[in-house]
Amino acid sequence: MSGPVERIVVPKPNHLRRNLIILGVTALIVGSAWFAGFDLGRILLNLRKGGRLLGRMFLRPDWAYTPRIVDPLLETVKMSIVGTFWGAILAFPTAVFAANNFIKNPWIAQPLRVILNITRSIPAMVMASVFVAVFGIGAFSGVMALVIFTFGLISKLTFESIEAIDQGQVEALQAVGANKPNILRYAIVPQILPQFLSYTLYGFEINVRAAAVLGYVGAGGIGQIFEQNLAWRNFDRVGLIIIISFFVVLVIDLASSAMRRKLV
Amino acid sequence: MIQFTNVSKTYPNGVQALKGVNLTIEKGEFVAILGLSGAGKSTLLRLINQLIDTTEGEVVVNGVVVNKAAGKTLRNIRRQIGMIFQGFNIVKRMSVLANVLSGRVAYNPTWRTVLGLFPEEDKQIAYRALKRVDILEKVHTRASELSGGQQQRVAIARALAQEPLVMLADEPVASLDPVTTIQVMDYLKKINREDGITTVANLHHVDLALKYATRVVGIRAGTIVYDKPMKDIDTGNFLHEMEQVYGRRIHADEVLGDEE
Repeated sequence: MSGPVERIVVPKPNHLRRNLIILGVTALIVGSAWFAGFDLGRILLNLRKGGRLLGRMFLRPDWAYTPRIVDPLLETVKMSIVGTFWGAILAFPTAVFAANNFIKNPWIAQPLRVILNITRSIPAMVMASVFVAVFGIGAFSGVMALVIFTFGLISKLTFESIEAIDQGQVEALQAVGANKPNILRYAIVPQILPQFLSYTLYGFEINVRAAAVLGYVGAGGIGQIFEQNLAWRNFDRVGLIIIISFFVVLVIDLASSAMRRKLV
Repeated sequence: MIQFTNVSKTYPNGVQALKGVNLTIEKGEFVAILGLSGAGKSTLLRLINQLIDTTEGEVVVNGVVVNKAAGKTLRNIRRQIGMIFQGFNIVKRMSVLANVLSGRVAYNPTWRTVLGLFPEEDKQIAYRALKRVDILEKVHTRASELSGGQQQRVAIARALAQEPLVMLADEPVASLDPVTTIQVMDYLKKINREDGITTVANLHHVDLALKYATRVVGIRAGTIVYDKPMKDIDTGNFLHEMEQVYGRRIHADEVLGDEE
């Protein structure tokens, strides 16, 4: 039945492009490491020192110090709650006006989007340091930074949700003679409310983590005493702060994620 | 009740959906609009309540030139024109009652409706509307929990709550099974007959037009090519006549057949 099997000859693959990409990426990494002064030897030499430090932090944390960190930790959580709350309140109307399917005037939507992009591209830490310079040291400066960051984040996510709603429900409301506020209330809000609440919780999760380090620039919360203890080389207390902060953030994250799953 | 004079509609992308349409619909008629997808049926319907604007010509509803109306005037015309859709377009995350009450928004001050404070008489109107389509027992159910046929009945109730003079139905049964289709069409017919509400329905099934309409209008490529009151239609020859509207033979899925 079968004759001699035909040998198929295909041209050799051209790997030049691939090899050039590999070479380029490697050069980029090595160049960056050299430029940034990365030194593997230094890591190895300091490995023992690092290990000893970690031991002092986590093997025998200063549990007796716990009562002293309760208040700063609560302050951090409160800052996050207040920052998220006001950020979300401001975000809602902004998102409505930034969405191009509700107000169809690009002269309103586009400037708003530019502002939102700016607020999201400035790290909360940077904003906090500016506010510390303006309003002075303390939680207020931190809250302000969180408000603005949350505002940018939630506005952006929400206006994208608004643009993705079912337009048919909007059309039906137009057909009954509804005006803009009514269309918002009866066709848009019901469709995006669960997402909006979910984004707010997500913003809260991010804010708890951000707020934990804001104290570093003097903007209140747990970061402030963390920085002090690090400066005084109280590594057993630093360890304690890290451990407890970690668990608080973890619990908040888990609770918030669970709630978000219920929402959407 | 509804009058089109030399109406044309060209969409921004250049598609000319309607070309010089003249059409007069009298009070109480049940007009079925037939035609292929893209022939201009939806456009014709949406020009009546100006969900899309007119490029040329004049559309008059109940004595008002609707294509000149804007703002409050336009909303006051729209509230007298109920509309139901192929996709039902009820707000699924609200209760049935909230959906039907939303048909009353244009009769109330915005501050009331935004706060959801409808007067008791509006609630009574909503209950009565739900009762007429036999779905009052679902009044507090979330709309998303209803079946397609039930959702369309809620949509009819929302339109009824407007106490409309005109009812527009854009492929109202295209997303429904044959049994539910008959139910929904029966409700539309009942409302048309009992309340004298002028009804204009785009239909996909040609035999539904025969069964329910008092007049059949056929559209082909943006032009009205067929327009006959039911009394002048020879039922036996109707499918054949429709071929000039469709430009081809009628397909089996364009006939619902006998489901009762």
